[in-house]
Amino acid sequence: MTAAAELLPGLPSRPIEPESYLSDGFTLRSWLLTHDHKRIAILYFASISAFFFIGGAAATVIRLHLIDPAGSLVSADTYNRLFTMHGVIMVWFFLIPSIPTTLGNFVIPMMIGAHDLAFPRLNLTSWYLFVTGGLLTLYAVLAGGLDTGWTFYTPFSTAYSNGHVVIALLGIFVAGFSSILTGLNFIVTIHRLRAPGMTWYRMPVFLWSLYSTSVILMLATPVLAITLALTAVERLLHVGIFDPALGGDPLLFQHLFWFYSHPAVYIMILPGMGVVSEIIPCFARKPIFGYRFIVWASVSIAVIGFLVWGHHMFVAGESVFSALVFSLLSFAVAVPSAIKVFNWTATLHGGWITFEAPMLYALGFIGLFTTGGLTGLFVATLAFDVHATDTYFVIAHFHYIMVGGMVTAYFAGLHYWWPKITGRLYSEWWAQGAAILIFFGFNLTFFPQFILGYLGMPRRYHAYPPEFQAWNILSSAGASILAVAYVLPIFYLGWSLFRGERAGPNPWGATGLEWQTPSPPPTENFAETPTVRRGPYQYEPEPVPQNA
Amino acid sequence: MPDVVASAAAPPEPQFASLRQQSEVASIGIWAFLATEVLFFGGMLLAYAVFRKAYPLGFAEAGRETKIVIGTINTMVLLTSSVTMAGAVYAAEGGRRRLLTLLLILTAALGLAFVGLKGLEYSKEYEEHLVPGIDFAFASPHANAIQLFFFLYFMMTGVHAVHLTIGIIVVLVMAVRAGRGAFSPAYHSPVEVTGLYWHFVDLVWIFLYPLIYLNGRVG
Amino acid sequence: MPGLPVLPPTASNHAVELNWLFAGLLGTTGAVLLLVFWLMLLFCVRYRRGSAAVRPSPSQKSWHWEVTWTAATFVAFLALYFWGADFFLRLRRAPAGATEIFVVGKQWMWKAEHPGGQREIDTLHLPVNRPVRLVMTSQDVIHDFFVPAFRVKQDVLPGRYEDLWFTPTEVGTFPLFCAEFCGTEHAHMGGEVIIMEPAAFSDWLEAERPSGSLAEQGAALFRQYGCSGCHGPNSTVHAPPLEGLYGRPVPLQSGAVVMADEAYLRDSILQPQAQIAAGYPAVMPSFAGQIGEEDLMKLIAYIKSLAPRAAGRS
Repeated sequence: MTAAAELLPGLPSRPIEPESYLSDGFTLRSWLLTHDHKRIAILYFASISAFFFIGGAAATVIRLHLIDPAGSLVSADTYNRLFTMHGVIMVWFFLIPSIPTTLGNFVIPMMIGAHDLAFPRLNLTSWYLFVTGGLLTLYAVLAGGLDTGWTFYTPFSTAYSNGHVVIALLGIFVAGFSSILTGLNFIVTIHRLRAPGMTWYRMPVFLWSLYSTSVILMLATPVLAITLALTAVERLLHVGIFDPALGGDPLLFQHLFWFYSHPAVYIMILPGMGVVSEIIPCFARKPIFGYRFIVWASVSIAVIGFLVWGHHMFVAGESVFSALVFSLLSFAVAVPSAIKVFNWTATLHGGWITFEAPMLYALGFIGLFTTGGLTGLFVATLAFDVHATDTYFVIAHFHYIMVGGMVTAYFAGLHYWWPKITGRLYSEWWAQGAAILIFFGFNLTFFPQFILGYLGMPRRYHAYPPEFQAWNILSSAGASILAVAYVLPIFYLGWSLFRGERAGPNPWGATGLEWQTPSPPPTENFAETPTVRRGPYQYEPEPVPQNA
Repeated sequence: MPDVVASAAAPPEPQFASLRQQSEVASIGIWAFLATEVLFFGGMLLAYAVFRKAYPLGFAEAGRETKIVIGTINTMVLLTSSVTMAGAVYAAEGGRRRLLTLLLILTAALGLAFVGLKGLEYSKEYEEHLVPGIDFAFASPHANAIQLFFFLYFMMTGVHAVHLTIGIIVVLVMAVRAGRGAFSPAYHSPVEVTGLYWHFVDLVWIFLYPLIYLNGRVG
Repeated sequence: MPGLPVLPPTASNHAVELNWLFAGLLGTTGAVLLLVFWLMLLFCVRYRRGSAAVRPSPSQKSWHWEVTWTAATFVAFLALYFWGADFFLRLRRAPAGATEIFVVGKQWMWKAEHPGGQREIDTLHLPVNRPVRLVMTSQDVIHDFFVPAFRVKQDVLPGRYEDLWFTPTEVGTFPLFCAEFCGTEHAHMGGEVIIMEPAAFSDWLEAERPSGSLAEQGAALFRQYGCSGCHGPNSTVHAPPLEGLYGRPVPLQSGAVVMADEAYLRDSILQPQAQIAAGYPAVMPSFAGQIGEEDLMKLIAYIKSLAPRAAGRS
């Protein structure tokens, strides 16, 4: 299946197959002014990776600093700016865009049998908006930073913080439009550009997941935009909208902010779930279990996810009635996620499972996401949340889902579609090793934080009581392993670009239209628009060997 | 002399199989975009609702300071511009180049009139020290609430005016293209998309008008 | 390096119940997690490529499983919800007769005032086994009053009052933390809650006793700020009487009826025009910017202490 390249010894091989989207122009201009969704995906990949490592650097310093309870590595002000930078960059410039703009941009048109997205120039505009917003925010960070936390609670952010708040707000505001336009592009594309025969129920789950994500992107992000605009104006003009001294209401800020920021976490996790839904059937060689339940679970998560934002405010001063309603709805939103976990597990039953790196990451996702999701039940429980909110328990909860879930799924998808994107195979040995190291390092970093939280260690503390030190040291030890593990892929993936075995069209033997093209694909994806006659995941049963 | 143009339309973009698919996609795209705009304005409307409930007397007093004459004229101007815009779409469907161009220019002119009157209104409010953050002063026990009202007023009408200005530019671009015969009964989706956007901007104003101008003056 | 603690001290009535709730959550979620892990491990081993296990034909009746495990998870979740919600309602409702302590948070310290006028900074002395209700506000940004050993936490907001209550059940010293980021020294905005035997606590109160109780100090402020000019018994101005006002419903000019709680009293002093009592002219001036948070609390303590006026006077 795979065509090994004939290499002359000593000569570096060119990483590009003739006549693919990669060889369709070598100038900088051909990349920066491209309309090709695949090139735009790579532009996004480069920028998002840069932000990931910047945010990760902040996290590294934070964990190093927290080894000492007295907090002597950096000053209190510096620490506060570091955790703000970590949150802002990771949330808006890595987690929210990553899977949709890299894997989504690359794969969606191919998966539906189209030549490109519905609005290719709008796609490029999205990338420029993203980069502009990112540069503005980076400028705010480099010029001295801000210490409001990524949540910008008022009146601290509007009247007391002395940092580059307005520029950071502007950067996020601009990047928000990038999100909105990407979501719009995906929705319209999935509605109207599907190949003949690809009905809604013949779409792979990844497309349903990205469709649900796009609905959230489009409807939630504008509320963030206006909230940030109001906050910036309040900070500049002190009109009083969020300042009680002038008749304003700080809780109004929190409601507006979380109305976006809770659905935002579903923007982050739904694409990851979609990736896992592609990988498990492929490496278990079985159709996914309960396809319709999974797709409607994705839609339900998107819808119910809009109704739970108040669970971030149980002790903030919202009414008891609100708290009761939001808690109940938060339990409700856990149900579709539980359905997905059971269905993925059931897909493994009766399969022919192999453990290549994408599968290892996908299995790791199920374990870590389920752990994180179940701890969500803890914080959805009203009386328990009174104790646990604003502590390391919540930090552990969302890192299990964001990092253990979303980042793991991102890596899963990256490895899964790497041969298609680059035309090269990476080293399975190194990739599997990195996956296992990430899993181990991640758990060592974040599991102690559940314990720290229940013990009562609050968030955003640059110094802490000495009785919390032991768990902090364990967590920092895990973080150092995690840092190494996250850097490893740079090396073996980068190496594969130059020395990796050339990949054929379908190295995994996966179903799906994207695997019917060469690796890497030509600019127009398909010479002729394919016709779809069957549903997704039509994996055939394999014969059982006679001698075990 | 007929000005009905049956010109050959430009071929569809490469990602589309047909002009019809391209038109449908444009239509879905603009509806999706307008949905996001509803949420965008909705955030400000929510803030307005919250503070009006908290400070009914202050908001009523502030409402009485708004320039209802200018506001009402502007409402009529904008509603008329929606009529001309709808007429433009109708003309495009019928391939009537001259009528289409004329109606688009009229729409843009009415939009410009709105913006001009708004500018006049803003300058008067500036003179009366009603601009929060810039010399705001109001003698009343409800001064805080009045400042909040005017803050929301300037935000909402300001964002609306920005949207309207973008709309005017787009309409003028469409007018130029229409004058050059770019549209035909077979291909005029840019005009339809522009029309949808314009009507939305008008619709937002219809919500803003009673909240801003009629507050404290009726009931 | 100190040891490896796993659970915080259990030192209040709430903490006892929260430990059980925590155990319940751990048990339920742990069971689900173990089930999922065990099944995944089992399937990955049994159905790995190359194994001789028999693969059953694809089930056509998958929806039976779907409905079963969906319903089972939903029922388990609902049970946890009701337990948590019921407990939360009790957390939010202080018992009558609880000792009321006023707390003001500001960057970066906690100030507390006992009913007898005793004041503390960054500490709170309390007697064991007596319920206490904290009425709290902030002077600047949002803070959060958090005592892990008691399992209580509440954001403290500028411009409003929030409350929390608990009954300490263990004698000892327990850390207090600020749990809402509030600026540079957020991590150092902590203190200690010191629970004492009743006798020791009485001694402490006596030792710290100022010249007047909170209410007595409030009475002095009531005259100093001129409140008695309109609200006093000999006033010629038609102003609402404050005796017996606290805790009663107040009809407003707008037709609504509100409860005269601490927030109402505070708002009436700072923003009197916002809610005009029915039948009274809107002539009360605002004292916003003139009375600090601690003086406000003393005035409110005074008003709360006023018994209803004898009948016959308007």
